[in-house]
Amino acid sequence: MLDDAPRFAKLPNRPGVGYKPQHYSALTTDPGDVGWLEIHAENYMGAGGRPLAQLRHLSERFPISVHGVGLSIGGEGPLDPEHLSRLKHLVGWLNPTVFSEHLAWSTHDGAFLNDLLPLPYTQATLTRVADHIDQLQNTIGRQMMLENPSSYLAFSESTWSEPDFLREVANRSGCGLLLDVNNVFVSATNLHTDPKDYIDAYPLDKVWEIHLGGHDEDEDDHGSPLLIDSHGKAIVDPVWALLDHTLALSGPRPILIEWDNDVPDWPVLHAEATRATQALAKVPA
Amino acid sequence: MIVSQTEFRGALLDGARDRPLGLVDDKSRAAGRRFDVYRNNVAVSLTDALATGFPTIAKLLGEENFAAIAGVFLRQSPPASPLMMHYGAGFPEFLADFAPLQHLGYLADVARLELALRRAYHAADAAPIAPDALAAIAPEQLGNVVMTFAPAVETLQSPWPVHAIWAFNMADGPKPDAIAQDVLITRTEFDPKPHALSAGGFACLTALKAGVPLGDAAAKGSEAAQDFDLGALLALLLAGNAITSLTLTE
Repeated sequence: MLDDAPRFAKLPNRPGVGYKPQHYSALTTDPGDVGWLEIHAENYMGAGGRPLAQLRHLSERFPISVHGVGLSIGGEGPLDPEHLSRLKHLVGWLNPTVFSEHLAWSTHDGAFLNDLLPLPYTQATLTRVADHIDQLQNTIGRQMMLENPSSYLAFSESTWSEPDFLREVANRSGCGLLLDVNNVFVSATNLHTDPKDYIDAYPLDKVWEIHLGGHDEDEDDHGSPLLIDSHGKAIVDPVWALLDHTLALSGPRPILIEWDNDVPDWPVLHAEATRATQALAKVPA
Repeated sequence: MIVSQTEFRGALLDGARDRPLGLVDDKSRAAGRRFDVYRNNVAVSLTDALATGFPTIAKLLGEENFAAIAGVFLRQSPPASPLMMHYGAGFPEFLADFAPLQHLGYLADVARLELALRRAYHAADAAPIAPDALAAIAPEQLGNVVMTFAPAVETLQSPWPVHAIWAFNMADGPKPDAIAQDVLITRTEFDPKPHALSAGGFACLTALKAGVPLGDAAAKGSEAAQDFDLGALLALLLAGNAITSLTLTE
């Protein structure tokens, strides 16, 4: 084994959870169905203290997926060189199993807006996103995964469908894809398309990780449902059904339960992981 | 119709601006409330980040007032980096200058204390000196000792009872008296702890942190307050794992 190979070579085809400090003792005593953890990169960029100590300890026991939420890969401006070096440092010392980021922008003109903002699917965006991914992959010395967004609106200037756009970005940059099944459901509901068509068109062979999460329900100006990706609730049945549809086509994959707001007690979160185990059990290996 | 990120950002932070044309629903109608999802996400997530970072200020102002004030701050000072652990460095100065809060003069220093606690929480780990290392130094040499401190050590000087206000709101402390309080923050393992410094403590500690030998630093403490208690200060530093090295100078 190479010295710089991660402690865990790949994420297992089991459920993982987004790590929250309140679940530290449950995870270190009896993680049950949970086979790996995901952390938000930006929460572990301090110099020391409890966050890094906990992460160091957890990384000895669990494969870790590092999920960036702040690089602004779709930003019109250049990537922030300071943030690139912070990512390089984190990936360097932690040596996680995988790294992922979003098809979105969040920083413009020096302001970080703390949200995943949408992009038009055009040739210009394609070139920019692929170049930024290339720059990141060269900086951290490994491939990344790119995650599909939740859409609340569309750009009249878009010329690509989202699955085709993601496939082309992956082809050009050599990155993998992180498929968020809840985001597919949210976007399809909001833009009145069939989420199964999206999955059927998606390059599932490039998917190394799946996300599942809860969403809120609202309405647009015309009384149509407007779903909002809130990560603050249980995953709804139609999203579990869409996961089944996906797994039947893709085969088993690592499945992350994302619950970032109104974080529940461990048994509630663990029950979601158990449901993911059951979904995986239906799929031939 | 091309929507630039400059235009998107402008409309995101300013509810009075028109939503960008070119953002549509699936029937090519104007995005309307759909765009407001992003406006709301940005305002709510940044307000939450400030409330998490400044829990005492949030409690003192109440949820509604805090959200209104945070809404003004986040629009004029959005984060400059994606590290939310550092967001709000300018919040104390904002509170000090914010006209409607002029009657609450202590708010800015309480916010400075909360920022210092947050810095201490994320500061680099450092091994403290052995508990008996200071006692092992010959008494006639003590005055020549130069100390270094853990990165988590923070000090704050205030004309307000900042420690008591923090303790009253966050740690079941008694009702604050109207006194000036200087504060030392130590972190024994992972949880930063603020301590009220007794008179002269801040002057002595400021000298020690600048590399002044203990004898001269103690004199600074005594100049600031006749009843300065060096032993009490050293006990606080030792108990808080604050000192990381001792060096003798000539």
